[in-house]
Amino acid sequence: MAAMFSQNPLMNGPNYSFSDAPKTARGEPREHAFNPYTDNGGSTLAISGADFTIMAGDTRHTSGYSINSRMSPKVFKIGGTTANQDDATIVLSVCGFAADGEALRDRLDTICKIYRYRHGKPMSLNACAKRLSTILYQKRFFPYYTHAMLGGLDDEGKGAVYSYDPVGSYEREQCRAGGAAGSLIMPFLDNQVNFKNQYIPGSGEGHDLKERERRTLSRPQVETIVKDAFDGAVERHIEVGDTLQMLIITKEGIEEVFLPLKKD
Amino acid sequence: MDHRPQAWGRPRDDVYGAYDHSYMQENGPKQNTQQPIVTGTSVIGIKFKDGVVIAADNLASYGSLARFTDVKRLRPFADSSILGFSGDISDMQYLDRHLTELSLSEAYESPDKPRLNAANLHRYLSKLLYNRRSKFDPLWNHLLVGGLDDNGEPFLAAADLLGSTYSAPSLATGFGAMLAQPIMRRYVPDEESAKKLTREEAVDIVKEAMKVLFYRDARSLDTYSLAVVTKDGVELKEDEKLENQSWAFADRIKGYGTQTV
Repeated sequence: MAAMFSQNPLMNGPNYSFSDAPKTARGEPREHAFNPYTDNGGSTLAISGADFTIMAGDTRHTSGYSINSRMSPKVFKIGGTTANQDDATIVLSVCGFAADGEALRDRLDTICKIYRYRHGKPMSLNACAKRLSTILYQKRFFPYYTHAMLGGLDDEGKGAVYSYDPVGSYEREQCRAGGAAGSLIMPFLDNQVNFKNQYIPGSGEGHDLKERERRTLSRPQVETIVKDAFDGAVERHIEVGDTLQMLIITKEGIEEVFLPLKKD
Repeated sequence: MDHRPQAWGRPRDDVYGAYDHSYMQENGPKQNTQQPIVTGTSVIGIKFKDGVVIAADNLASYGSLARFTDVKRLRPFADSSILGFSGDISDMQYLDRHLTELSLSEAYESPDKPRLNAANLHRYLSKLLYNRRSKFDPLWNHLLVGGLDDNGEPFLAAADLLGSTYSAPSLATGFGAMLAQPIMRRYVPDEESAKKLTREEAVDIVKEAMKVLFYRDARSLDTYSLAVVTKDGVELKEDEKLENQSWAFADRIKGYGTQTV
């Protein structure tokens, strides 16, 4: 900088304002890197039953403390043959960075469609789940910043839920909550779906305690659990609210329900 | 100056020293946009029963300097959609050229009826923005797209530099999201109330919101553009003035606004 005010430009050589780029305290150029990610909030939830799966998510879209939209669904039907996905059998939910989520949804949908045209049959959930994992891993070093979940019926007609991390690690689960309020909902699910920490009263002390008997939940019971989970999440998380979108996958098809949540 | 044409018009080497190529090096790292330079502030938009109203002021700021005071930030597309730009002005002008090319080739392909409606245009732009952000070379804009969708219903949606998209009965970018959006949401909290809103009401709400933005947004201007899109086309007015301003509130404000003594 000092050279700029020099009385003798010949001695100091030419000086341009261009070279006065911001420097850090250590003299290196200060970089203001562009951040390609953001968090658009919201939460998703998936529970599988004996012959059905319920995928749910709220429809709020946020940036920071602002609500961008109150109706921006994050649960999608995948691999149908029509634009409105009427004959789809698989459901994908994405939570986190919404632009990545929609890009991921478009990719998987296209792949499912190509599979259908090539093989003359819809993709099985198992195959689709594996494929989604490879799609996510392909972007291992610039990941889709989303918590994805895939739901549907397996080859035996049983409800199935697969959940993923942003780089493609996945497992099949009974139930999973993801997104902003995932950590609020998941313990509730452990208790209410898998009956964790529920013991038969008077059955003993310590290791002698007998666990409450596990039983599969009916569809109305699961629907109630989903609604209660979201009512709880809305109460305690500011990024969750507005409308609850629920997709119920059975062998008859996919039913879509919208229910009001608190809008505050 | 000497006899060599390649030296004409350049600073003399004997006075200024040899030309320093260091800042124009071609073999150095390529720099992408790291921040917006000349910027436009909020764009606001609201749906009504048979269309959309969008507004943005005519200011382009250079930091806190009100640099250009006659920059039109609303752009009609194919006489059926309107596009509102906030953020970097040079990226806006790049997109403008790009869309001119697109609309020309579209006009040749389909001269009688425009094929791209507002929903198509929004999809196109959001893909473009997402693609550029994925190359770490973003177009530093936050856009509002207004018009009609495939079913002829009013359409209003936003797309930003990250490729995020969303749609609502009323939308605002930048400061408008804090100042104008609460006002507009009082009138159109949901799609049903937007279906009942008349054109006159929608225009009045937008004008009122623009006034609040001028009161409180330091990088705003009282001259603005306002567009109404219906099935009959785009009506764009680019030299609107804010009316009925009242600065009576100003001398009651102390500190940041909550201070009372």
